[in-house]
Amino acid sequence: MSPARVRRRLWSVIWSAIAVVVFLCSVFPVYWMVNTSLLPNNLIRGPVPHFWPDELTFRNYELVLFGDTRAPFLPALGNSLAVTLLTVMIALLFAFLAALAVTRFRFRGRKAFILTILVIQMIPGEAMIVSTFRVLDGWQLLNTIAGLTLVYVATVLPFTIWTLRGFVNGVPIELEEAAMIDGCTRTQAFWRVTFPLLAPGLVATGVFAFIQAWNEFLLALVVMSRPEMMTLPVWLRTFQQATQTTNWAAIMAGSTLMAIPVIIFFLIVQGRMTSGLVAGAVKG
Amino acid sequence: MALAPTAVGTRRRRSGALAPAMLLVPTGIVLLAIIGWPLVQLIIISFQEYGRAQVFGRPPEWVGLQNYIDVLGDSFFWAVLGRSILFAAVNVVLTMLLGTLVALLMMRLHKFFRLLVSVGLLLAWAMPALTAVVVWGWMFDTQYGVINYVLSQVPGVDLIGHSWLIEPLSFFGVATMIITWQSVPFVAFTVYAGLTQVPDEVLEAAQLDGAGAVNRFRLIVFPYLKSIFVVITILQIIWDLRVFTQIYALQGIGGIREQTSTIGVYIFQTSLGTGDFGTGGAIAVILVIIMMTISIYYVKKSIQEETL
Repeated sequence: MSPARVRRRLWSVIWSAIAVVVFLCSVFPVYWMVNTSLLPNNLIRGPVPHFWPDELTFRNYELVLFGDTRAPFLPALGNSLAVTLLTVMIALLFAFLAALAVTRFRFRGRKAFILTILVIQMIPGEAMIVSTFRVLDGWQLLNTIAGLTLVYVATVLPFTIWTLRGFVNGVPIELEEAAMIDGCTRTQAFWRVTFPLLAPGLVATGVFAFIQAWNEFLLALVVMSRPEMMTLPVWLRTFQQATQTTNWAAIMAGSTLMAIPVIIFFLIVQGRMTSGLVAGAVKG
Repeated sequence: MALAPTAVGTRRRRSGALAPAMLLVPTGIVLLAIIGWPLVQLIIISFQEYGRAQVFGRPPEWVGLQNYIDVLGDSFFWAVLGRSILFAAVNVVLTMLLGTLVALLMMRLHKFFRLLVSVGLLLAWAMPALTAVVVWGWMFDTQYGVINYVLSQVPGVDLIGHSWLIEPLSFFGVATMIITWQSVPFVAFTVYAGLTQVPDEVLEAAQLDGAGAVNRFRLIVFPYLKSIFVVITILQIIWDLRVFTQIYALQGIGGIREQTSTIGVYIFQTSLGTGDFGTGGAIAVILVIIMMTISIYYVKKSIQEETL
């Protein structure tokens, strides 16, 4: 082998080795969560950590799901699912209509609207928490699914409109016009031609909204203060504090249960989401 | 943009402004009710004496700029703000640096190893922030944490029983690890997506001209990706400056509140913790103003680059 080739080989080995290190660093906490969740509680409180579940048990999951804890998991799961699914559906519908308005029509105030969407994304939720709480209180919407859903819809709308706009822009209107020449009405042309082409964009945007709503903690903490109205992130924290000596194995089981749907969705649509993010942030 | 100008003219004249207005009504109502109205309320409270008594129905009293004067004259506020800015700065620099390095690494990897790195990054990115804090908190646990155990295997080191969260400096060290771990993937993926757009011919030509790796990055790649870098840096600044969940949850696991609060947590404690909504409102308005000042550049840039 020529020296140049030897050197290239050597570098490629070095890069691959660094890649493995990067992989291990990013994966280890996730692995450690799952590993701990599968170990009996007495084992994780030993002098030496168990690096793999050599005494595999599902007791922690059983305890979290059906056990008699002060913070039951299933009602929190129900609340989280209800709020998240409602948020996704409403936000997608509203964002879709708004995206159509700003891409398919030219009207006065259009630029101002898009600008507002951009600026709203920068207002920190922490700053608004007090007034959001008081406004919801005034409308009797504290501790209700409707109240939290409303807040989440408003939180995700700017970003969903922003991304969907990119997707709608990507569908050439000539396609619709061609269908109209072939005898479709405007509405028919839209539903038969444009809408199917938008489906991937709607899925990616929907998943984004799902993840946002599923993970949100601060607003849920403030709006859903009654124990039976908790969502999963609030549950996770309360669960951690409710027990006298922290039951880490159970908390890790709960964390795993909470993270699984997000990770699955993320793996499915990440490519589209990254390109959507780049397009939304850079190109529009 | 996609429409031929004539088609635009005729169709849009026919439909008038009614159709887009109808399409925008739902979004408009939600945003006005949940963003606009609370924002107005926030500004109003910040000029009022608004405490627990007012929550239970006593009419609030106007105090003019008093809340702002109190906040700006409070050395604790400045300490928290300074701490937040310093913390954000460290995190932004670390995240951008590591993210860019990982993206550059991905460019050099063969398919399998690139996939490996991507999967790892995705898992870190997809973790809910709160779950991440809980998991890292467990890894750093004083007695049974894997990190204390592994470090103690090094000869001469004994960290069993060492508490990482009690000292403010190491508390923020742990927080930085968690936040960087979760935000490097976003930067890495975005920069990587940008890097794949840089034309190979230019890079090859530069290499033939004798430009080293550092110069190639500085003179060709960086200018090419400048707009991406600007956007993600500003997003990182905003996200790291308003960090709440990680700090709040980490304090719950074992940090001292007074010494570790960032501005987001401080607003939360002042308003909902102590019930001083007026002062909390004033701090919030100040934070919004800071954010707006930072993001003006981003907004301007977006407008320039867009036909909108």
